[in-house]
Amino acid sequence: MKFLSLFDVIGPNMIGPSSSHTAGAASIGLFVSKMFARPIKKAVFTLYGSFAQTYQGHGTDRALLGGVLGFETDDPRIRDAFTIAEERGIAYEFIADEKTATVHPNTADILLEDPDGYTLLVRGESIGGGKMQIVRINQIEVAFTGEYSTLICAQRDVPGVITHISSCLSAYNVNIAFMRLFREKKGTTAYTVIESDEWIPDEILEDIKSSPNIQDLMLIQM
Amino acid sequence: MDFLTGEELLARCEDSGLPISGVMKRRETDNTEQSKEIVDARLKKALEIMKNSAHGPLLHPQKSMGGLIGGEAKRLAAHAESAGCAVDTLLGKAIRYSMAVLEVNASMGTIVAAPTAGSSGVVPGVLFALQEERGLSEAELEKGLLCAGAVGCLLMLNSSVSGAEAGCQAEIGSASAMAAAAAVELMGGSPKMCLEAASLALSNLLGLVCDPIAGLVESPCQSRNAMGAANALTCAELALSGICHPIPFDEMASMMHHVGRSLPMELRETALGGCAATPTGQRLGETLKRPQCAGCK
Repeated sequence: MKFLSLFDVIGPNMIGPSSSHTAGAASIGLFVSKMFARPIKKAVFTLYGSFAQTYQGHGTDRALLGGVLGFETDDPRIRDAFTIAEERGIAYEFIADEKTATVHPNTADILLEDPDGYTLLVRGESIGGGKMQIVRINQIEVAFTGEYSTLICAQRDVPGVITHISSCLSAYNVNIAFMRLFREKKGTTAYTVIESDEWIPDEILEDIKSSPNIQDLMLIQM
Repeated sequence: MDFLTGEELLARCEDSGLPISGVMKRRETDNTEQSKEIVDARLKKALEIMKNSAHGPLLHPQKSMGGLIGGEAKRLAAHAESAGCAVDTLLGKAIRYSMAVLEVNASMGTIVAAPTAGSSGVVPGVLFALQEERGLSEAELEKGLLCAGAVGCLLMLNSSVSGAEAGCQAEIGSASAMAAAAAVELMGGSPKMCLEAASLALSNLLGLVCDPIAGLVESPCQSRNAMGAANALTCAELALSGICHPIPFDEMASMMHHVGRSLPMELRETALGGCAATPTGQRLGETLKRPQCAGCK
């Protein structure tokens, strides 16, 4: 467990009313928008469990959308997320799915689409106190918290890819806190998730991309 | 410097000759990459947000998202001027400010969770009431926040601050214990007295259930914040007078968690028990939860 800071107790600074239903939701939205790192044309949010039942009274919808618009958990613009999305020409939709069972009661799927039709589907869980974790990317089960600088590599699940990624990280002297491989079945798309306590140099992306087995890269700095 | 229990915290205070706030600040700078200046700046920022949320609704009342609350702080301020006011100025301000913060929270304004959003009014309510009525400086208020943070930290490590896990006692009870300890330090009490006050505050609220109407952080959350502030001031005064609580803080914290885990699920933030399950609570829940037409956003 990470060190419990004073500001984990006196904090987060946040838009109310709920650290799990509002701040955690905004954190998920913000992290997913950083993963997407493209202009957004459309955002579809599917809410499960407690999120589906009480999202309007908790402003979960505004918080998720606000996060996707790039707002931090304490940004007062979260309140006006609907209007701001419309001004930016971003279409949005909320689907409350009260039937599908999820592992955690506060779960949301976010589907983002850019003007060229590129899409990214991510599932996040708001796990309490404003903290969140990402548990699914494009149907592949993953698990990481976004508390570190995070590098996500989508790759073909063939031998040698991990070695290639590791050597690139080593060349840039990146100190790895965690490195995990997630995949659905052998030989299809897999995700390597690398977390570091430090800033990961952006230049590393070009080097990793040089392998034909790398399909997509996402770098989210701490 | 670090501590994992109340006993260790008191030992660190004893060894260093520092108050709880001093130990807490050193713990923060020793164990994170933040300089003393960064910690100070973040404390100032937290106090600034707290101050705005404690005072904003007195001038600009806001209806909450769910519509159950709004305007209470302003009403309290107006009533404080009347001959029929039942409390003194210090307590009046503490309950008014704590209610104000919850009004800001419930209307999607900016607050500082302390330790949670639902209990975010207690610590600022007590701190700003004491500041205004006892003439405390900003620097002293920062110490109060550090002391409150130390107690909150112990509760997060060894007990619970989650209503879903351990009921309202874990949210308002924890906030009240934090505020009680801060009030003692600000009024010149010893570290031991701070934890006495915190232990008293926890024991007074032991077993309090989390039963939000319609599942929203509005009612009874808002008035529980006022009660948490009043309890904090009461327990601080008891401890400052040298009235001891027979149960040490660490044992009380651990027992609060245990009691919380034995509360039935209905009484832990599910909106299935307590106020939420009264006929009126259920009726309000039905009305507020009904989703609006999907076409109107």
